[in-house]
Amino acid sequence: MPPLGSPHQAVAPPEDPTDAAGPSGLERRDFLIKAAAMLAAGVAFPWGGLDVAVLPAQTSSAGATDPAVPAFAISPQADEDVLIRMQRDLARALRKPIEQRRWGMVIDTRKCVACMSCTVACVMENKLPPGVVYRPVIDTEIGTYPNVTRQFLPRPCMQCDNPPCVSVCPVNATWKRPDGIIEIDYDVCIGCRYCITACPYQARTFDFGENWTNNAATGAPAALALAGAAQYENEPNFEYSERWNRANGPIPTSPVGNARKCHFCAHRLVDGLLPMCVTTCLGRATIFGDLNDPEALVTELAASSNAIRLKEDLGTEPKVFYLL
Amino acid sequence: MSAATQPDTHVAPNRPGRSIDEHRVILSVAAFLWLILAVFGAVGIVQRLLLGEQLTTYSSYIPWGLWVAAYIYFIGLSAGAFLLSSLVYVFGVRQLEAIGPLALFTAAVTLAMALLSILFDLGHMERFWEVFLRPQFHSMMAWMVWLYAAYFLLLLAELAIVLRQRWSRLNDEQLARDRTRLRVLGTIGVPLAIAFHGGVGALFGTVVAREYWNTAIFPIIFLTGALVSGGALITAIVAFLWPTLDSGWRELVAYLSRVVILLVLLDLLLEFAEYSIPSWYQVGAEYNLITYILFGPYWYVFWVVHLLLGVVVPVILLTRRHALAQGFGAVLVAITFFAVRLDLVIPGLIAPELQGLEHAYLDPIGNRLVYSYMPSLFEWQVTAGVLALGIALFVVGYRFLRLVGPVQDVAAEGDAR
Repeated sequence: MPPLGSPHQAVAPPEDPTDAAGPSGLERRDFLIKAAAMLAAGVAFPWGGLDVAVLPAQTSSAGATDPAVPAFAISPQADEDVLIRMQRDLARALRKPIEQRRWGMVIDTRKCVACMSCTVACVMENKLPPGVVYRPVIDTEIGTYPNVTRQFLPRPCMQCDNPPCVSVCPVNATWKRPDGIIEIDYDVCIGCRYCITACPYQARTFDFGENWTNNAATGAPAALALAGAAQYENEPNFEYSERWNRANGPIPTSPVGNARKCHFCAHRLVDGLLPMCVTTCLGRATIFGDLNDPEALVTELAASSNAIRLKEDLGTEPKVFYLL
Repeated sequence: MSAATQPDTHVAPNRPGRSIDEHRVILSVAAFLWLILAVFGAVGIVQRLLLGEQLTTYSSYIPWGLWVAAYIYFIGLSAGAFLLSSLVYVFGVRQLEAIGPLALFTAAVTLAMALLSILFDLGHMERFWEVFLRPQFHSMMAWMVWLYAAYFLLLLAELAIVLRQRWSRLNDEQLARDRTRLRVLGTIGVPLAIAFHGGVGALFGTVVAREYWNTAIFPIIFLTGALVSGGALITAIVAFLWPTLDSGWRELVAYLSRVVILLVLLDLLLEFAEYSIPSWYQVGAEYNLITYILFGPYWYVFWVVHLLLGVVVPVILLTRRHALAQGFGAVLVAITFFAVRLDLVIPGLIAPELQGLEHAYLDPIGNRLVYSYMPSLFEWQVTAGVLALGIALFVVGYRFLRLVGPVQDVAAEGDAR
């Protein structure tokens, strides 16, 4: 199947009117307050609220050398939203050959408020059926009541450099791409679920062919809702830049009957878009980019002294870092 | 008596001591029970073919369930039966000479049952051949499938030789050549059987993410288990279906029973090591899993089904000097070993790999994100269907292939027709 054209509307960078001068350090509290105020716009501005959110069409004169790579016009600004910087990092990474990119993610657990918008956005983006989840948020209560606190841990696929799920596959249906993303070929996967048992993070789930309308109420009042839901279920998803219309049947149509997992929204990356969980993160707790790029925000944060990786002792070398 | 004139008594055509009427009753009851099993199972298999895996209760967190346990159970029976046959064809154990063809045929039937079980477990059954077209030999599973394929061909070759011996009169030269061929094939077959069934254990044992599986004892305990269950199955078949009830039969059953007792006790020893080593100081991830097996919601699978009905009672029965008691003991060992297989697969999967994942994101519609598992009726139906098919295959083969009984008589009978 040939890759599709961009199935998504690009989050266009704003033509920012304010000038670059400003306080040089990012005050985190300051930033959070502003970010919270500007969530609905999707992109935050140094000053002001929604009224200044102009989202013009993307300009092509952004200096991208490769015409296939989306241009990005905004120059660095102090106090800018990290999304802007990540977008810039992304555009820079996409101008490199794929084997020189190394996609990674940093999740700042202190900024995560367990709103689950990443989980939900991921479900929407990839049309995930019930029982399939790429990025749950683990919510742990620590301590004994009343002295308790909660800790939130979003869990995407770790995109391990040494992935235990790949070498167990009997048919070569899953592999590490040159840019480090672990991909599944839905057209080959036989559905043995060995990889699901082998993932130490349980980041793979199985598509059993469940649908959101299963066992839903029927009858006249429910008809409209069911029709809407049925339409949603028949919409394709675009994982790995292919069109997937999943369906049940004596021979199920993939990805029904396949293992599924987070792929850092590889289909969005090729179009210069950040992964869906990154763009929807309320607290800007999820940072994404190219770990091979020393200038990228993700590289900067991954080198923080408070950055850890899960189950480091297994030697899986995850490319997802957590800031404690 | 000719089998052709007494079709009803095929289970034991020459068996004295029971009237034809008694045989009819036993056979009718058995046939009726089989029919129930077959109908029950056929419904499940049809549903599996039409609806896929929607009626299963295994999940994304416990992705392997009853069918995988059934698969390793049947494949264990096959490996065990085959290794028993190699005692005859490779190691020349005289006492077991009469059961060679029977053991080979049982190995073939149980292999077919195992492969059918695991085929139904695949999300995309229609793509199974990908394992042959694009294998990935880092994967224990790819190894396993290729070794099965080799083993299956070897089994067919051995069976062909053995059956030719039984179906036609061969001269001494031909017999000597066959003996050599069988010894060669069996000699290849022994390491092959050890490799593929040890490989099934290694399939689990190599999974670093699963503490319960990830031990060196897993392949070993799979092999011992194969010998226990396969040996017990052959013993049971000999005890209940042998055509003659003479002293030779009694000696054969007694000999097999001693072998089975020994294997059951060896398996118990390994099991003790498997459970006690990681849990002795009552701390650690594996301790929790073993506590789950011994005292969790399915404690009875271990204590009642496995330990009581699979070890204690059978050992008492197998030490009795009565062939039918020994037969019952062997039946118990063979059947209840399924509990051991369940306790090898499921407990490895019941603990979340990340604490809290069990309530991070739920699936209220399909219940596929849970850490508990009880096979659905549908899953039992499919396994029953596989069992019914296997029984049918075995009975037909036992009836028509002349696997047991003296060669000369059978050959003569064949000539007489």
